[in-house]
Amino acid sequence: MTMTALQHPLSARSVVTAPAQTHITVRGLVKTFDDAVVYNNFDLDIPKGRIMSVFGPNGCGKSTLINMIAGLVPINGGQILFDGKERKDTTIGYVFQNYREALFPWMRTVDNIGYPLVLKGWRPKQVADRVEELAASFGIGFDLNLYPYELSGGQQQTASIMRALAPRPEVVLLDEPFSALDYEMTLSIREKLQQVFIDTKTTMVLVSHDLEEAVYLADQILLLTKRPTRIAEIVDFTAPRPRTLDTLSESAFVETKRRSLEIFQREVRR
Amino acid sequence: MTAQPDQGYASKAARRGTSGAWFKLNPGLKGLLRYGLPLIGPLVLFLIWEGVARAGWINPILLPGPIPTMQTLITGLFGGPLLFDFWMTVWRTLQAFTLAAGIGLPLGIALGSNDRMYRSVEFLVDFFRSTPASAMIPLFLLIFGVSDFNKVAIAAFAAVLIVIFNSAYGVMNARRQRIMAAQVMGASRWRVFRDVLIWESMQACFVGLRTAVSMALVVVVIAEMFIGSNNGLGHVIINAQQVLNVRLMYAGILATGILGYLLNVLFLFAERRIVHWSGR
Repeated sequence: MTMTALQHPLSARSVVTAPAQTHITVRGLVKTFDDAVVYNNFDLDIPKGRIMSVFGPNGCGKSTLINMIAGLVPINGGQILFDGKERKDTTIGYVFQNYREALFPWMRTVDNIGYPLVLKGWRPKQVADRVEELAASFGIGFDLNLYPYELSGGQQQTASIMRALAPRPEVVLLDEPFSALDYEMTLSIREKLQQVFIDTKTTMVLVSHDLEEAVYLADQILLLTKRPTRIAEIVDFTAPRPRTLDTLSESAFVETKRRSLEIFQREVRR
Repeated sequence: MTAQPDQGYASKAARRGTSGAWFKLNPGLKGLLRYGLPLIGPLVLFLIWEGVARAGWINPILLPGPIPTMQTLITGLFGGPLLFDFWMTVWRTLQAFTLAAGIGLPLGIALGSNDRMYRSVEFLVDFFRSTPASAMIPLFLLIFGVSDFNKVAIAAFAAVLIVIFNSAYGVMNARRQRIMAAQVMGASRWRVFRDVLIWESMQACFVGLRTAVSMALVVVVIAEMFIGSNNGLGHVIINAQQVLNVRLMYAGILATGILGYLLNVLFLFAERRIVHWSGR
């Protein structure tokens, strides 16, 4: 961290913040598919108000992990708690890789974004206000009254992220949110996501198959082993935010990425 | 929504603008080809028919020319004798269809959302769906007698199985991820059903309804021919054949064709309007 970066108001704030407390605790997690053991007695602490990227070999259950946290995939044993609460008492936002099959094409985009609020029983006026607020903070330049299939891929994924954020979730889970987008779109949505994080300090867990993106966004990179999956290592990346394209060429970034890759390769060969 | 410029509409208008320019640049031939192509088939058929009739290759008692046939059809349909029979066939087909849709859609969707329930009746649905409805006519005669409702009942029976099958599969093939998206936002089982499953199944339901209305028409016409009927297009066709009124017979056949085609177009149109997202 350079001196100039320290004088940045945002990084100054992050220096003042106490070490992150745990938000999601995973204890003794067991998950099997037929006879394959994916997780056996797996423990993990996910810090509050941080972004954790999940990276690991193919088939190690990265997506399965966040799907279990989301309550979408049943677990065979163990416990997942959010600030000590159960899943049913926790609001979670989820961004899928395949935005085409995540949004509802029979609803206008604006209704898609407001849908989680409708589920929570908000009044139409409150829903409309919240969507408008989101649209303003995202700087939306397209018409939200269009149907999702009338939007570009990047616009659809932006709408998916807005939908995930609409109920002001405690946790946002992202399953390879950029991998169906072209690079230009990836860069711009990545920036928006970082801005949202800076503004809201929402706990985020990001599954990624792209190490650059995993490190760039993360405070912690969770590196997993092959099955049965264990934690290979959790690598910290403390570069100040907002991170920019320049961050990608800074030595701290390059070093963190190199180290993560080293651990990854060690685990793949094992 | 917001005061932001709406690029979506703007780009749409731009696209429309380009296609408008395309027409100005290429008038005449290209436009003619584009709109004229679908007419070529019917025109060729008409010419062959006319040629065969004029050459006398087929006895005119068996095949009248297309023009007198059309005349019979048009005078028959516009206030002539065919009109009443046309409407009777439409009426029976719609009754059968309404019964089939009213029973089949809720039943199919219910079965589709409960996998075990569907598996337990799957064989029955598939078996009777594969049985030609005409083979069941004697059975229906035993149950309902030679009543008018009999024709509707048997057509509805044939149609309802198609509706059940399609709507059940529509629900079962709903995209997993859309269901998961609703669940993660906290939707109850009922909300998932109401807000996702029903909509996801809609495209398959429409395919079922469209196929069912065609099936209902087929069975109604057969029933009008063979289950003592005093009206309907099936009755007209078989009667005209008995007294060798071939012009009326062909006019009747064409009328059923027109009816079937119109019903199909109507359903396709409704499908595109209602399931506007399909295939996108």
